[in-house]
Amino acid sequence: MRDFALLIQNARVNLHEYQAKALLSRYGVPVAPGRAASSAEESVAAAGELGGDRWVVKAQVHAGGRGKGGGVQLCDSPQAVREAAERLLGARLVTPQTGPDGLPVEKVYVEQASSIDRELYLSLLIDRADECACFVGSAAGGMDIEEVARVTPEKIARVKVRAATGIMPYAGRRLAKVFGLEGAAAREMHDLAGALYRLFDECDASLIEINPLVVNGEGKLLALDAKIAVEDNALFRQPDLAGLRDPGQEDELERRAQEVGLSYVSLDGSIACMVNGAGLAMATMDLIKLQGGEPANFLDVGGAADSARVAAGFRLILSNPRVRAILVNIFGGIVRCDVIAEGILQAVREASVEVPVIARLEGTNAESARAMLDGSELTVTAASDLADAARIAMEMAA
Amino acid sequence: MSILVDSSTRAICQGLTGRQGRFHAEQCLDYGTRILAGVTPGRGGQECLGLPVFDTAEEAVRATGADTSLVFVPAPAAADAIMAAADAGIRLIVCITEGVPVLDMVRIKAALKSFDCRLLGPNCPGVITPGQCKLGIMPGFIHEPGRIGIISRSGTLTYEVVHQTTAHGLGQTSCVGIGGDPVRGLNFIDCLEMFERDPETEGIVMVGEIGGADEEKAAEYISSEVSKPVVAYIAGVTAPPGKRMGHAGAIVAGGQGTAEAKYEALLAAGVAVTRSPAEIGATMARALA
Repeated sequence: MRDFALLIQNARVNLHEYQAKALLSRYGVPVAPGRAASSAEESVAAAGELGGDRWVVKAQVHAGGRGKGGGVQLCDSPQAVREAAERLLGARLVTPQTGPDGLPVEKVYVEQASSIDRELYLSLLIDRADECACFVGSAAGGMDIEEVARVTPEKIARVKVRAATGIMPYAGRRLAKVFGLEGAAAREMHDLAGALYRLFDECDASLIEINPLVVNGEGKLLALDAKIAVEDNALFRQPDLAGLRDPGQEDELERRAQEVGLSYVSLDGSIACMVNGAGLAMATMDLIKLQGGEPANFLDVGGAADSARVAAGFRLILSNPRVRAILVNIFGGIVRCDVIAEGILQAVREASVEVPVIARLEGTNAESARAMLDGSELTVTAASDLADAARIAMEMAA
Repeated sequence: MSILVDSSTRAICQGLTGRQGRFHAEQCLDYGTRILAGVTPGRGGQECLGLPVFDTAEEAVRATGADTSLVFVPAPAAADAIMAAADAGIRLIVCITEGVPVLDMVRIKAALKSFDCRLLGPNCPGVITPGQCKLGIMPGFIHEPGRIGIISRSGTLTYEVVHQTTAHGLGQTSCVGIGGDPVRGLNFIDCLEMFERDPETEGIVMVGEIGGADEEKAAEYISSEVSKPVVAYIAGVTAPPGKRMGHAGAIVAGGQGTAEAKYEALLAAGVAVTRSPAEIGATMARALA
């Protein structure tokens, strides 16, 4: 039971390949010469500036599996570069990791094609069990690492970096052994490991993944693809990296939620829920499923929800056309239930809610809150407990 | 009896003069918790809620003899506050602060190994021993002194469990919110060990969630070391992979950290699991019957 390749799709700052490679390069990690381009003309110009006679044009989206979705094109003429860029730019790229709608391609990365002798896998992440940074390496690079881990876990090596010492030279030596590198390539591996750890530590990365890390025709190491994610909680001290956020790659409702300080995740079902607290929000989703329904979303209005946040949550939920019923589950502590009830009534009044609203309010001032809902002319059904609430929501959504 | 805190606990509050600190410290004082002083750099010599405020944790500990600290400072200052408390001789640090960078936690956990000091949190509701001591942001009135120990990665979901155990007439010995971050202080196993030793705790409720493998490790520990009945619920069966669900640590990635894997491990360890968050209290009542 080990974490690896922990790419968080709804992290606020996932870097595009071209951004990740610029950062890697700044830390001394070798990458092939490349340029980002927003148009076919820029792409052709980039190929000219880079020189050579073969280029790779790669769609810049926040998802893996780009090759399988046609997002990585090998081109042997400037005309082919132009055609690849025209095909990709402005389109939506669907990969095994994006879902059926795909992600918009606003930039491509044009890179000199590299000669490849061997493909390796290398990532750096937080090992939750051992509470330290950890390299994950495998000589089986270029493949789906989750598949490698499932089928041949012995091909994956983990090299930990202890917080008390930072990176030590043996980490690079161990990785070189894992990859079967000798001589100059082993020394390059040592430098590369040091550079990656410095980047991870100084940039508050939550993940650096290089897949593949290649040994090229000249026997040199090269990062051929790269993913870097920055930890949400550290953005306050990483202003430059925070500026690299690309809202165009985010789910629209999730982005809007974040703007108003709500934690929201889109799901496929028809019963929306609005809950205070992340654990209780997941539990509410699970209960809907247990009763035979499908949750439409995860929405945590926070431990300090007030009527304005409740109203904002309602507006968000109502913009999802699949929603057939709304289940509000609030356990009032510091938060008073009567204040929440007022928020619900206000939102239902203002937004002309046409789907049934079921509210389960427990904790501080719960009784007066239930009385407020029962006494209103609006169609808000008060539920007495958690199971009751999910049951009523199911019936009303049917 | 109880774990971690009781009526003899003597605490200071770091970040007392902030909006959150002041509000929640007042609720703790109203509950009867002995918070004796506050710490806010630059506010030494002032008073807040009738308590003396010191510039440093060291001065506050020296003046009060406190052994426990409740931390409300903003996330960028949390690492500093935790280490200042540990260096001042504090034995239990309860860090409520949400949003502490994980690399700060990695360094803190490594450093705390050389102290005789326990950390609870961060990003947690705190700990309460009903009727004796509340060090956290939970609503005190839903708790009832009783027989059940509660350990949870969540906040409001813990209140739900408290409410259900109170409704079933079981009450609680202590309730510990261990927090929703991937790298945190006290974990399930630490609390299981304390509840197993506590003579008044008759049953233990464990509330886990997706992400990491701490529930699996707890299951292994329970099968060999815990004789008391344990009820477990895991939140996030319906969470989509690759998405962080509110808590920094709540994510299924690469097929790891799923609720299913945790349920399997807990079932194999003989834990009474319930898949309904509405049935946690009833499951505990049955386990004790």
